[in-house]
Amino acid sequence: MSFLLTCPNCGPRDVNEFAYAGEVTTRPVGGASLRELTDYVYFRRNVAGVQREWWHHRFGCERWFLAERDTRTNEVLRVELPGPAETGAAHEPEVPETPAV
Amino acid sequence: MRLPPQAGERLDRSRQLTFSFRGRPVSAFPGDTIGSALFAAGRRVFSRSFKYHRPRGLLCCSGACPNCMMTVDGTPNVRVCVEPVRDGTIVQPQNVLGSLDHDLLSVVDRVGRPFTPVGFYYRTMIRPRGLWPYYEKFLRNVAGLGRIDKHAGRQGRYDTEHRTVDVLVIGGGHSGLQAARQAAERGDEVLLVDEHAPPEQPDGFELIAPGRAIGIYEGGLVPIDAGHVLFRVRAKRIVVATGVVEQPLLFPGNDLVGVMLPNAVRRLTRDWSIKPGDRAVIVAADERALEVAEDLEHAGIEVAEVVDLRGRNPQAIEAIGSRGRLRQVVVDRVAIHCDLLVASGSPQPAYSLLAQAGATIAYDASRGIFVPTDLPPGVEAVGRVTGETGAVAVPRASYDGAGGEKCFVCICEDVSEKDVKRALAEGFDSIELAKRYTTVTMGPCQGRICQLAAVRLYAREQETDESAIGTTTARPPWSPVTLGVLAGRGHEPAKRTSIHHRHKELGATMMWTGDWRRPYGYGDPQAEATNVHEAVGVIDVSTLGKLLVLGPDAAAFLERLYPNRFADLKTGRIRYGVLSTDAGRIMDDGTICAPGDEQFYVTTTSTGSEGVLEWFEWWNAVWGMDVEIVNVTGALAAVNVAGPRARELLARLTSTDVSNEALKYLDARQAHVAGVPCLILRIGFVGELGYELHCPSPHGEDLWDMLLAHGADLGARPFGLEAQRLLRLEKQHIIVGQDTDSESNALAANMPWIVKFEKDDFVGKWALEHVRDNGNREHLVGFEMANATVPPEGGQVVRGGRATGRVTSARWSPTLGKTIGLAWLPPELAEEDAEFEIRVDGRLEPARVRLRPFFDPDGERLRS
Repeated sequence: MSFLLTCPNCGPRDVNEFAYAGEVTTRPVGGASLRELTDYVYFRRNVAGVQREWWHHRFGCERWFLAERDTRTNEVLRVELPGPAETGAAHEPEVPETPAV
Repeated sequence: MRLPPQAGERLDRSRQLTFSFRGRPVSAFPGDTIGSALFAAGRRVFSRSFKYHRPRGLLCCSGACPNCMMTVDGTPNVRVCVEPVRDGTIVQPQNVLGSLDHDLLSVVDRVGRPFTPVGFYYRTMIRPRGLWPYYEKFLRNVAGLGRIDKHAGRQGRYDTEHRTVDVLVIGGGHSGLQAARQAAERGDEVLLVDEHAPPEQPDGFELIAPGRAIGIYEGGLVPIDAGHVLFRVRAKRIVVATGVVEQPLLFPGNDLVGVMLPNAVRRLTRDWSIKPGDRAVIVAADERALEVAEDLEHAGIEVAEVVDLRGRNPQAIEAIGSRGRLRQVVVDRVAIHCDLLVASGSPQPAYSLLAQAGATIAYDASRGIFVPTDLPPGVEAVGRVTGETGAVAVPRASYDGAGGEKCFVCICEDVSEKDVKRALAEGFDSIELAKRYTTVTMGPCQGRICQLAAVRLYAREQETDESAIGTTTARPPWSPVTLGVLAGRGHEPAKRTSIHHRHKELGATMMWTGDWRRPYGYGDPQAEATNVHEAVGVIDVSTLGKLLVLGPDAAAFLERLYPNRFADLKTGRIRYGVLSTDAGRIMDDGTICAPGDEQFYVTTTSTGSEGVLEWFEWWNAVWGMDVEIVNVTGALAAVNVAGPRARELLARLTSTDVSNEALKYLDARQAHVAGVPCLILRIGFVGELGYELHCPSPHGEDLWDMLLAHGADLGARPFGLEAQRLLRLEKQHIIVGQDTDSESNALAANMPWIVKFEKDDFVGKWALEHVRDNGNREHLVGFEMANATVPPEGGQVVRGGRATGRVTSARWSPTLGKTIGLAWLPPELAEEDAEFEIRVDGRLEPARVRLRPFFDPDGERLRS
């Protein structure tokens, strides 16, 4: 990987400054079945297309942020700091529908 | 050998430089390369070939082919034809036994024919299997390239530099220079990179030369190898002006010394004023190559014959030599005596960088070359790399001969036309497969001078056209690159505590723990441990990760992160906590105390602090709670004072009441100790009455000195990591990462008391519930040996002849007078007094399970 990633706090930087932390997942709430829990812990959708994911500016401002990236081209469509609206109330990150490829 | 001085030559004849070749001095002029100086001194054989050890001479003189690779100042595989001469350089030939002119291994070429076809050793040397290492060692010695000195260590300093420019021009030929000048005139910031030192200074733009663009990577990143600096360049516009690579013709004897490409002749005669031969034959497919006749005549070389392939395409061309040197050329049965054959097929655009950037590579049948098309945005091509080559003849895939000489497709790896035909006959019919089997294009030239020839040969043999065969995928590096320049500077950063120098003065043996340098011990770890039991010891624990968790939601935040309960942790109290992942696995441990309202002071393991910080910050981002996390690991030093006389020592240095009633086990208090503001944590990792003193780092050394000075009469002495490991083992306190791994959970690690299942939620709750309901596969328990043997960490636990577990820690305890340890055992074995055996040096040694701490099992000393 050698693309540029724009930190919402610092601006465009070499991707090597960041740590990738995988696709945004939804943590099940109380009463979830074992299957749902196992899926949450062990399974990822591994999308070939636009994916919403977590990044950490490890060698920069150390902020966590969200990016929408096309996993086929590494084109980053959007970056943003997580907001309370998104992760508030039920504390569930909203996962946009990913276009099928 | 030198011609008289002429206009345009690159030599500065006013001075002489001297380097050594095989221990003998060779003189040169500034402007020479090592290759040109050796050639001027009469050397014709520059290397021995990879497999057959055939003599090889200058072929391309432009750094593309493998023929002039030598070891220069210890660096192997340097192409001396483009390596500038420096005074005092030491040059050695490589891949020879004896000398270049008399290589004893050339016997392979004469007798080895039945043994050396492509794939020979894959097929022949695989049985018996055990012999392969010997075969391999032999093959590595007789075939190959230069050698590196494995014990040389890091030579020189390599750096990386990041650059951002408007325009990057790769290639400083006519078109590249023009593109750079034009862009500079428009006001763009321009960087030009070229493989050779430039004849003129740039005007209005920056130049990196000699430098090589390694590739065009994702995001338009172009790394440039400039010797000891790797430039990582990002440009808005990349202009590729890499020109063409002249292609050799395929005919028997095409590797003889004396067969050259036109550019080699041009450089030898024009740049270095050297006469490359006496009588020459030219076979060429384009105008520019044919023009070399003028250079030859100018240098006083007789041109015996010119074969213009555009007018006359012979059926047979064969070079005949003796002792590897060209003697005559036979063209359609007409023999011509000569010592120089300038032969070239079509000029092939050097498209590789463009292909890496995403361009399509298409075959142009009318000119017989591959050209780049459909360039991606931001990437341009100018000059001959675009395929503007003028009228060009398409040469035959190979020319016939009488059959006496080998016809080489790939001179890097010594692959002949016969080898390629054999590979096709064996069914390796796709170019990607054939490449891997024959290794054509996989040698040092990376396909520069063999790919087109190979494609033509495949097309002819398979009776199809070149566009159907296609090319192999172009990948970086486009130019050879030293590993040093990729590795960059030799960083081995060490973190040192503020008390580090005191440890050195006390004669500590230092060791690595993660990035930290810590004292292993101060001479006698067992005595240090005994001193903690009998008097008082001090240990530097500044390496602990230290986080402040602040804010209205701080308690709720920790409540969610830890299996423990924190909502009820009173101000001034401490609780031990184990962090779990949602999969239930232990990730770190440490203590948490509440120094005030909405304030928590969290310690982590020394090596886990950065991971825990990121973990906390991430969950805070996910949950969006009103919490601030501050990393104070480096800002604070910490010293643990432990032993039965610790209170006495502390009382001497502080006015605060440290009695057992006022400062109980697991109490925290802010107070001045020896005049230093401290957070005192009364905890007991090492099993004795103990106080962890956390203070600002600049005071660490002072605090340490005061503790040792005022405790001298109490027996206060420092102890190191080894003593601490023994002491904690006596208490069966675990070390995360030592006694646990990425599969361990808190229940199995014998800490069910920290997991509060009655909480609504915490990270890892469901996984731990699942473990609770279904049971563990193994448990972490203590054990003692029946004798003094100390089993190794990772030692195998055996019961009834079967391996059933493993040892994670073991030490001889002088206090207990026995060997103790921790081990993972199956549930049926994890019972008090259960007997098992541990494999030590092949023997089985008896051991017995001990579930309770070996030392002070009820914690009376901790609480005293």
